[in-house]
Amino acid sequence: MLTFGALGFVSPAILIALVALPVLWWMLRAVPPAPVRRRFPGIALLLGLHERDPESQRTPWWLLLLRIGALAALILALAGPVLNPQPSEPGSGPLLVVMDASWASAANWPQHIERAGQALAEARREGRTVAVVTLTAPPADPLAFRGAEHWQERLAALAPQPVAPHPDLPDWVSALPAQVDTLWLSDGLAHEGRGTLHDALSQRGRVRVFEPRRGVLALAPARFDGGSVSVPVRRSDHDTAPTTLDLVAIGPDPAGTERELARAEAAFAAGETETVAEFALQPELRNRVTRFQIVDRRGAGATSLTDDGLRRRKVGLLDTRDDTEALALLTPLHYLRQALAPGTDLIEDAGIDELLLSAPDVIVLADMPGLSDDETTALLDWVDDGGLLLRFAGPRMAAAGQDDAVGAANLRPDDPLLPVPLRMGGRTVGGAMSWGEPRRLAPFRDDTPFAGLSVPEDVEIRAQVLAQPDPELAERSIAELADGTPLVTRRMQGAGQIVLFHVTANAEWSSLPLSGLFVDMLERLSVSARGSQPEPADMAGTDWQLETRIDGFGQLHRASDRPAIDGAVLSDALIGARPLDADLAPGLYAGPSRRVALNATDATTRLDAARWTPGTEIETGLSRPEQPLAGYFLALTAMLLMADALATLALGGRLVRTAIAVLALGMVAIVPAADAQTGDRAAQSSPDTSDGPVDARILEATESVVLAHVATGDARVDEIARAGLEGLSEALFRRSSVEPGAPMEVDPETDELALFPFLYWPIVETSPIPSSDGYARLNRYLRSGGMILFDTRDAEVARLSGTTPEARRLRAIAAGLDIPPLEPVPSDHVLTRTFYLLSDFPGRHANSTVWVEAARADAERAEGMPFRELNDGVTPVVIGGNDWAAAWAIDEDGLPLLPVGRGMTGERQREMALRFGVNLIMHVLSGNYKSDQVHVPALLERLGQ
Amino acid sequence: MSSVATRLRAEAEALTGGLAPLLVAAEHLANSALPGAHGRRRSGSGAEFWQFRPAEANDAVARIDWRRSGRGDDVFVRETEWQAVRAVSLWVDDGVAMTYSGGRDRPTKAARARLLAMALALVLLRGGERVGLALPDFAPRSGRGQAERLAQALTATAGTQEHVAPDLDSTPSGGHAVLFSDFLGDPDMVHSALRVAAGRNLRGILVQVLDPVEEAFPFDGRTRFESMSGHLSFETLRAGDLRAAYRDRLAARKDLLAELARQAGWRFTTLHTDRPAAAGLSWLYHALAEGRRR
Repeated sequence: MLTFGALGFVSPAILIALVALPVLWWMLRAVPPAPVRRRFPGIALLLGLHERDPESQRTPWWLLLLRIGALAALILALAGPVLNPQPSEPGSGPLLVVMDASWASAANWPQHIERAGQALAEARREGRTVAVVTLTAPPADPLAFRGAEHWQERLAALAPQPVAPHPDLPDWVSALPAQVDTLWLSDGLAHEGRGTLHDALSQRGRVRVFEPRRGVLALAPARFDGGSVSVPVRRSDHDTAPTTLDLVAIGPDPAGTERELARAEAAFAAGETETVAEFALQPELRNRVTRFQIVDRRGAGATSLTDDGLRRRKVGLLDTRDDTEALALLTPLHYLRQALAPGTDLIEDAGIDELLLSAPDVIVLADMPGLSDDETTALLDWVDDGGLLLRFAGPRMAAAGQDDAVGAANLRPDDPLLPVPLRMGGRTVGGAMSWGEPRRLAPFRDDTPFAGLSVPEDVEIRAQVLAQPDPELAERSIAELADGTPLVTRRMQGAGQIVLFHVTANAEWSSLPLSGLFVDMLERLSVSARGSQPEPADMAGTDWQLETRIDGFGQLHRASDRPAIDGAVLSDALIGARPLDADLAPGLYAGPSRRVALNATDATTRLDAARWTPGTEIETGLSRPEQPLAGYFLALTAMLLMADALATLALGGRLVRTAIAVLALGMVAIVPAADAQTGDRAAQSSPDTSDGPVDARILEATESVVLAHVATGDARVDEIARAGLEGLSEALFRRSSVEPGAPMEVDPETDELALFPFLYWPIVETSPIPSSDGYARLNRYLRSGGMILFDTRDAEVARLSGTTPEARRLRAIAAGLDIPPLEPVPSDHVLTRTFYLLSDFPGRHANSTVWVEAARADAERAEGMPFRELNDGVTPVVIGGNDWAAAWAIDEDGLPLLPVGRGMTGERQREMALRFGVNLIMHVLSGNYKSDQVHVPALLERLGQ
Repeated sequence: MSSVATRLRAEAEALTGGLAPLLVAAEHLANSALPGAHGRRRSGSGAEFWQFRPAEANDAVARIDWRRSGRGDDVFVRETEWQAVRAVSLWVDDGVAMTYSGGRDRPTKAARARLLAMALALVLLRGGERVGLALPDFAPRSGRGQAERLAQALTATAGTQEHVAPDLDSTPSGGHAVLFSDFLGDPDMVHSALRVAAGRNLRGILVQVLDPVEEAFPFDGRTRFESMSGHLSFETLRAGDLRAAYRDRLAARKDLLAELARQAGWRFTTLHTDRPAAAGLSWLYHALAEGRRR
């Protein structure tokens, strides 16, 4: 193979043909393109003319260059060019591939595997035996050197471990053959013990190191800082350019699916290796977070598990129900708030139901004896599901059994929400107890949750409630006074527990709430969780079970089959005093009362770049693979030849014609396809026509002003309403510039009302009451400027009785409508003058009251004007009973459908009814424009000036 | 016997086959021009009223317009406009060069020239003029029969030469002549024809019919140009380079023709086959009317 730099040729002999190119140049120059023959009558004028440039009688140089280039590309393609030809590497004897395979390797793992694969392929070609070993999972037996194909099969199964290589020199080193070459795939970090291993290997042969120059990122465990969660991010000093990373908080959503809950940025300044990503999280979200991850970065180091240290418990405080205006220091909740606020999320509410809805971890009842049966049941259920009910005694609890005050009687001796039965009845147990000396606390027993807490001297108990003597009392008591009286009792209930402090939560009965011990006790009861890490002393001797394992790539796995480990070991690992290994894997460990996350990296993990002894061969990137280029050269040849064809056509003046021919061919090919497409479209559009009727209706309603009436279900009434609107439309058409279309019937339940400016709604006794959906549509219609004319059609009866079936029905229908205050049409209402001047609004009946929206109370009559200034708004409803539709109704011939009144008086009344209709529609369409004429004198005066 | 009849009939059909379309097209075109006798804008023999003139002593009594004279004391004679009839000879170049058409949607130059000539003849015949061809035995005559003869003669002519020299020898003197050609041949032919025309007191119009391709010369690249008869050829490597020179020569040819026409008292125009024939006809008609008025 012949190579020039990064380019090599498989068969360089063919390149000799390049010598022939100058000959071709000369030959091609001599042949000009063939002429076009044209008949042309004006030839007589052409005779004797000459081109400007006689040189161009030969082929132009650029065309020649094109052709020579095409030929040269063809020759090069045949010579088999190869980019990055792989030089074969020297070396013989066994090859050892050492892989760090640590948490830091995960980010570069594909490169590691590919480099190892290259080395194996090479070894296979040369017949070398190979051993592949990972430092984080060293083999128990001495290394076996086998054929490369054996390892090639196993390469894909290798994975990084979430731990760092063990600092000690591995056992297998001593068993290595005397002569062995090494390829070391390094993760780029200066792990402990690296130098000794390198020395040991380089004594036996050549050591090459493969180390991609990519910085290593590591997360430290998340901390809870003030209001936000901060996740420290560190990076190795490979590359200290300013950069920004995205971090995500991942946890289950309410449906239980893992998803991204929050996202934050961590920005490294130039030269900085540490920064912090701040997550501002709602308590609800924060408690869901199971881990933080760097986006697009694989590896155990880029994943940080969270544990109970980050969880803040939700504590529900049931507020006292009476509104006694006691001082803040006297309310039982004050001390609880002070003690709990720093470490928990407090929820305060006056109702058990509301508290339970917010799913608290703990509910505190301070001196709250009387609970209803429902509340008791709900609380019990909640406790059964794992809730912690914390109760405090107090004067009311003490008095509960004593007298029969209302509400206090509910405190039964066997109250299921008390851990122990309290002594009550005729005996005074609490309030008035006056001991000679205030009692002090006894030291806490070892089997109680408070074990180990020191008892301050100044805590005094002055009063308390007493428990009934009971065989279980001693077992349930977890804190006692010095004289053995139970002070705190606890009972397990289902998955949860009920705890009673036999004193008040304020300083009334004891000084306990004033002491630091109170806070510690609450913490021990897991009411509040404040320490991010349990104390090593607490962990000693306890068993911790690995629940969730994190693998080298940062993926989580269930791992309940591992043996439990000792708390002391775990606490050593947590403070970094003990290296992690396969037995002490990073993950989430569950202890007696809490869970602890052991992460692959923490704030103490060293992230220094690896320092190799000078002279070590270090590869920082993968060598680029061989790439045959013959195909590209052939394609280049084809393209050059095509360009040559086009250029030749252009030179001969035939390019345009050829282009047209090609285009025409293309058209012929495309046109049938286009036809097919139109056919498809026609086929597709046919199903759409099923929506046709709806569309047609909407289209019709929007093409012109269309009056509509609401269907009543009574065929006769509906028919008259339609005929009435027909008559009104006709009158409008003739008398005004409003040209309405044919009236429509609408059903407020299903039809779109926004299309109609005006609805006529005749009321019959059996009119259907709209559904809630219908009411929603109607109210939306009224609010957005529509108008409904309600017509009870009962004016002649209503005058006598006042309440007719129709009026009652109207009231029932209107109850759900958003109708403003109404008043009878005032004499200066704009309805009286929008088109005609009217004084009353007769229909088939006359003289009944018509109601419209009430005017503003502060409307004033303008100086010298007969009207008040009522400029805004169109009344959304007009209510009356004059049966207007009957007066308006016309038949097909345009003649009145129903008689109105008698003789000429009746005709006059019909005319007035029509005028009312015209005024009404004008009011709907043009609003209060007539009212604005109040301002005409002022406007004229202004214009005059 | 029957074969003779068949041949006769076929020839007749071929004849009318070419004749009818030309006549129809020419009629169509002629209808768009103003037909009928046209006033000469001076008094003379004609039907149209021209002016009232105070009667002179030598005026015949019969010429006095009594209706006008009755309105006053003077006596008036009613004069009519002079309407003259003159002879027009048409000549259409039937050289092979005229059979060129630069585009499929355009007629050949010969077709356009014949159409214009025929339409002009029809318009003139309708106006009562005498029209003939510049051929022996084709003296100008008037009447519908002459139209058919003209159409026949125009359809039948087909030359074999590249360009044909106009022959005005058989044209009656004192008339008008209209010559249709592309005038791309030897200009001496035109020159000598005009010299003959001057000798015979002929006035007229030179109508140059050109295809737009001949004006634009839209050719590029290596091209071998051949004359329509194939006798002449010219090869160039870059036709585009010759465009400017060709256009210059064409313009010079037009200038030469215009100059020749001016000297002879003739008029010259260039018509293109892609332009509507009616516009050309209209121009021709009016140019002819002006020429006759002098």
